[in-house]
Formats: sequence, C-alpha cells, structure tokens
Amino acid sequence: MNELAPDINVLLVDDEIAFVETITKRLKKRHFIIQTAHSGMEAMEKLEENGNATEVVVLDVKMPGMDGIETLAEIKRKFPLKEVIMLTGHATVSSAIEGMKKGAFDYLLKPCEMSDLVSKVNRAAEKKREHEKRVVEARMQELMRTKAQ
Amino acid sequence: MPSNTAEDKTYYKTLTRKIFTTVVVVSFMPMIFVGGIILYHFQTSYSAKVCSYLEALVNRHRHDIDMFLTERQNNIHFLAECYDYPALSDEAFLQEKLDILRKEYGEVFSDLGVVDHNGHQTAYAGAFRLENANYASAEWFQKAMREQFFISDVFMGLRGFPHFIVAARNEWNGNHYILRATVDFQAFNRVVRNIRIGETGSAFIINRKNELQTDTSLDISEDSELYRGLINQAFDTQGKAKISVLESPKNRKRNLYVTGLLNNGNWALIYQQDVGDAFAEIYRTWWIALIVFTAGAVAIITMAMIVSRRTVGRIAEADNEKEMMNQQVIESNRLASLGEMAAGIAHEINNPVAIMVEEAGWISDLLEEEEFKESENLEEFQTSLGQIKKQGLRCRDITHKLLSFARRSESQKQIIKINAMVEEVVGLFSHQAKYSNVRIVTKFAEDMPYIHASQTELQQVLFNLINNALDALRATGGKIVIMTGCEDDMAVIEVKDNGPGIPRAELAKIFDPFYTTKPVGKGTGLGLSICYGILNNMGGKITVASSVGIGTNFRVFIPHQDSGPGTVSDASSAIGNAVTLTH
Repeated sequence: MNELAPDINVLLVDDEIAFVETITKRLKKRHFIIQTAHSGMEAMEKLEENGNATEVVVLDVKMPGMDGIETLAEIKRKFPLKEVIMLTGHATVSSAIEGMKKGAFDYLLKPCEMSDLVSKVNRAAEKKREHEKRVVEARMQELMRTKAQ
Repeated sequence: MPSNTAEDKTYYKTLTRKIFTTVVVVSFMPMIFVGGIILYHFQTSYSAKVCSYLEALVNRHRHDIDMFLTERQNNIHFLAECYDYPALSDEAFLQEKLDILRKEYGEVFSDLGVVDHNGHQTAYAGAFRLENANYASAEWFQKAMREQFFISDVFMGLRGFPHFIVAARNEWNGNHYILRATVDFQAFNRVVRNIRIGETGSAFIINRKNELQTDTSLDISEDSELYRGLINQAFDTQGKAKISVLESPKNRKRNLYVTGLLNNGNWALIYQQDVGDAFAEIYRTWWIALIVFTAGAVAIITMAMIVSRRTVGRIAEADNEKEMMNQQVIESNRLASLGEMAAGIAHEINNPVAIMVEEAGWISDLLEEEEFKESENLEEFQTSLGQIKKQGLRCRDITHKLLSFARRSESQKQIIKINAMVEEVVGLFSHQAKYSNVRIVTKFAEDMPYIHASQTELQQVLFNLINNALDALRATGGKIVIMTGCEDDMAVIEVKDNGPGIPRAELAKIFDPFYTTKPVGKGTGLGLSICYGILNNMGGKITVASSVGIGTNFRVFIPHQDSGPGTVSDASSAIGNAVTLTH
C-alpha cells in the first residue's frame, strides 16, 4: 500500500472534522504529508500560506459557505498547477462532472475505499509532478536559449 | 378508481332525477301554457262564432217562415176583401181563384173554401170533396170566428192528413163568414226541413201544446217540458232566436237548442243539434291537441331521460377522472415528499457512515503494526473490521440509491431509439433468464418514435423492471413479454410476466421507497421508486396492473418528440455501469 508514496503533500478539505481527522491519520500512516482545512475559505488561506508545498487537494463538494465547486474554481484560478480530487457524498454524479469540467483531476464517492483514494492521490501527484517537470524543462530550455544567445 | 359505492350511486340517481325533472318541467310548462291559452281562445271564439251563426240562421228562417205565413194570409185576405160573399160562393169563381193562386205560388194552396157563420162550408174548390162540410165544432173555426185573420195549427182534420188553415173573416148581411185556404203541409214542411247542418242539426216547428207543426225525424214526445221552457224563454226575448245548451232528458245527451217564435208566438221554430256535432271542429281540435301533446310529452320524457342519463354519465366520468387525478396528485406528492425526506436522510447518514468506515479503516491500518501482529484475536479483529467496512459500503449503496430516487434531472439527454435500447438491455439478461428457465419474448412496434431522454436512466428503469420480473419467475420459470408501442403522444414500453402477481393491498405500495418483498439484504426496496422518480422527471409515468396467479404488467410511458434520427446514439453505451439497482 505504501509502495509509492514519496511524501506527497496533500491538503484535505472537508467540514466533517472527524472524517478529516481519521483520513489524516490514515494517509499519514501511508507517508503522505497532510494539511487540513474545514472550509473553502480556510483551504484558500492554507494554500496562500504555504502553497508551494501542497501538490494535491482533496476537496469535499458539499460544504457550508464556499462550497467545493467554488473553492475548486478559486484554486484553479490562483494555483493552476495544483491537482484537485473531488469528494462527493452525492450519488448525483452531476456535481462531480461539473467539477471535472472545471478542472478537477478526478472524483471519489464518499465513503471511499482507502486504496482508491491513495491511488488517485498518487496519480494526481504524478501528473502534477510531470507538469511541473515540463514547466521546469521549458524554463530551462528557455534559459539555455537565452544563455546561448 | 371508479367509485361505485352505494352513496355515489344514490347521489347520481338523485342527480339524474333532478335533471330529468327540470328538463320535463321546463319543457312542459310553456307547452301547457301556450297550448292552453290557444285552445281556450280558439274554443271561446269558435263557439261564439257557431252560436251567432246558428242564431242568425234561425232568425233568418224565422223571418222567412213568418213572411211565408203572412203572405199566405195576405193572399186570402186580399181575396176576401176584393170579392163579396156571393161571388166567393160561386164554386167556379172560387176554383178560378184557386187556380190563379196555385199558378202564382205553386202547390202551396191545396184548396179554398167559404164557410158561413154556422160553420157550414157553402163553397169549395179543391181536390177533396168537402162541399157542405160542417166545421161548426172544429176548433180552428171557433178561433177563426173570433179573429179577423187566423192561422191554425197543423191538424189532421176531415181529410186525414196533416195540413193547416189560413182563414180570413168577413161580413155579409150582418153575418160573419170565413174564407179559408188549406196550406199544403208538404210545401210548408219543405221550408223548415231544408235547415240541416252537420249530422244532427235540424229544425222543426212546434205549437204551444208541443205538437209538431212540421215533419221531423226527431222524436220530441219526451222532451215536451224542455221545449215548453225554451218557448217561455223565447218570449222573454220578443221571439228572437236564442241559443241555449241543455241536456235532453230523453237520452241524457247535451243538445244545443235555438228557439225563435213564429206566427205571433203561436209557434216556435226550434233548431236542435247535438253539442258534439255543433262543436265538432272544437272537439277535433281538442283531439289533435291531445295527440300532439301526448306525442310531445313522450318525446320530452324520452329526451329528458336520455339527456339526464347522458349528462350524469358525463359528470360521473368527470368525477371519476377528477378522483383519479386527485389520487395521482396525492400519490405523486407523497412520493415527492418521501423522496425529499429520503434524500435528506441519505445526506445526513452518508457522512457519519463515511466516518465510521474510515475509523474502521484506521483500526485495520493500526492492526498492520508489528505489535498487534502477534495478537491472538488479530483474525477476529480483521473479520470484524471487514464486516464494518462491508456494512458501511452497503449503507453507502442505499443512500446513493435513495439520492438517485430523489434527484432532479442531471444526466445528459440524448436521442434514443427505444427498440434498440430495449434489445440491448434484454441481451444483458439472456444468460440469467436461461438459468431461471424464463423465456423473454420481445415484440417491437415498427415505427417507434425517437425519444429525447437520458439513456442511462431509461436503461435503469428497464433493467429494474426486467430484473423484478425475473425475480418473480425465479422459482417457477415462465415467460416475460416486452413490448414497445405508442399511445397518444407517449412511447410505451410494456414488461409483462406470468408470475405469481402482486396482491391488491401491496400494489399501492410498490413505488414507495424501501418497500420490498425480498429477504433482508437482498433488495433495498428502491428499484421501483427510482423508476418512478426517473419517469416522473422525464414527464412520463409508470403504471402497474397485476392479478394474483396471472401475472404482472408494468407499463412505462415516455413522452416523445418527433425529431429526426440525427443524433441517435447507439444503445450500447454506458450499459455496463447503467444499473445495479434492483427492487
């Protein structure tokens, strides 16, 4: 289970504190680095504070105040490279689909299998790192080009 | 749900009666009113017309007869004045005068005679050998001697058949003598007998002793009292014709009498006619009116019956429809509120369940630690945690299904070919059906319209229905018939099985969430609720008919639009994850 978990930095956002706590414990046990937030606003604050570290955001769709979809939009606006996995209690896939349209990486139905969550987070992180790598490469090339000139 | 309770029946009966009565009364009132007024006026004016006509008729004849009598009298008077006794006593002369009279006036005068004051007929001209006849004791002679002119009643006299005498008195040598003429009865009779109207109207003349002065077919012997009364009455009007309607004592028949006096009140001309005959026109009109009225009444009553029955039939139908509609509204409201409640519960339960599952997961994570590996109950812990997780996931399934029952439309709509879709879903069951010894028969209507709906949802509905049918037939085997067709502006999919059927009491509840007949853990009781919810959202409906021992028939109605095949999708998409929900 902890085969691939090279210390991925995850931000867990859900208004159910008990749920967040347990998931945190379980993910930590699987060598993830976890930050938590209990509302959309808090999540944004956390990202602003130490945004660079966070790689994947696991975001509950249904939250009081700023809900998951709004938060997602905000995250994608400010931190386009961060991958977001939507957690939904709805059987209605519609909100999840909407999330996907707005740039979420994937969605999960609550309650979810830990293995599902882990694999999705891993894949999200992988994608993120891949992205970043490309971004870095692109920059490097640009840099080298400018240097060569 | 047709309402045939006794209460309803009496209500509709009363209603029918009321409508019937109203129609009859409203139709009859004007008919009776108008008919009555017209008949009344007709009768009044017609009988007035008849009466005045008859009075005029009798008056004219009275006048004619009086004229006739006066003329005859004048003839004789003239003779008596023009010639003296010796001249008149000459029979040849008398015969000559008779001939002149007869020539002038026809056969009216049958003879002439001169009678001296002793009643001895001194001269005679005529057909009867009456010379020297002595009239001294004759009633007419005695009366004639007292008056200057005299007309006798009709009598038989010496000659033996009816006649009457017109006499004029004169004087010769201080003695009265009488010139008399006999008026032929037949000739006089003709004047009166000509008055004939209708079948029974005829006239006759009687004297004051109620003796007939003319010939008549009527038998008047028994009605003498009546005639006396009439004549007395006629005196009050100075002899002018007067009409009266009296009942004949003879035969109890109502007759119409017109009486006028003649011959200075000595005679009376009586016109007599049966009332029914005189007013035949009125009676005929009455009959026609009665027939028309009866026919009208029959027509009105028949129509009222038909109209009232038909109206009440319509009302009952409308009531039934309303009732059914009400029940449908109640039903769908009930299901809608149930759905909302279910959704609420599902939401609320989902989170605690998620936490429980996660906690269980955390414990099993911890059990992985070295220190617990040695624990003797490790396996027990793990089984127990596995069970918690499994049941938690079961809860999740239930809540998810509940939510899908309650959800608003959220899946994507597309153009669907019904037959292809049905075919596809049925294909999924071919294996299962074979094992259960069930034959699935499909009957597709050729020209099914395209449907704009969520394919996944429709598949789910169909899947649930077929799955239920299969469950019903699992023990016994049997046949499932799936038909497509069109009804009004709806596409219809029918799923019919010949299983054990659903008892009536349960039929009302089958669309309720959590209603199930399957053993605990086998079914959630949400399948049909979901079908209901899906179709409701589409604007369609689902109906069920079932008879115990015969089978169950579900009909799914889906509104269709006649769009072209433009974006028809292949039915095969998404079928795998379409449905895992069964009833």
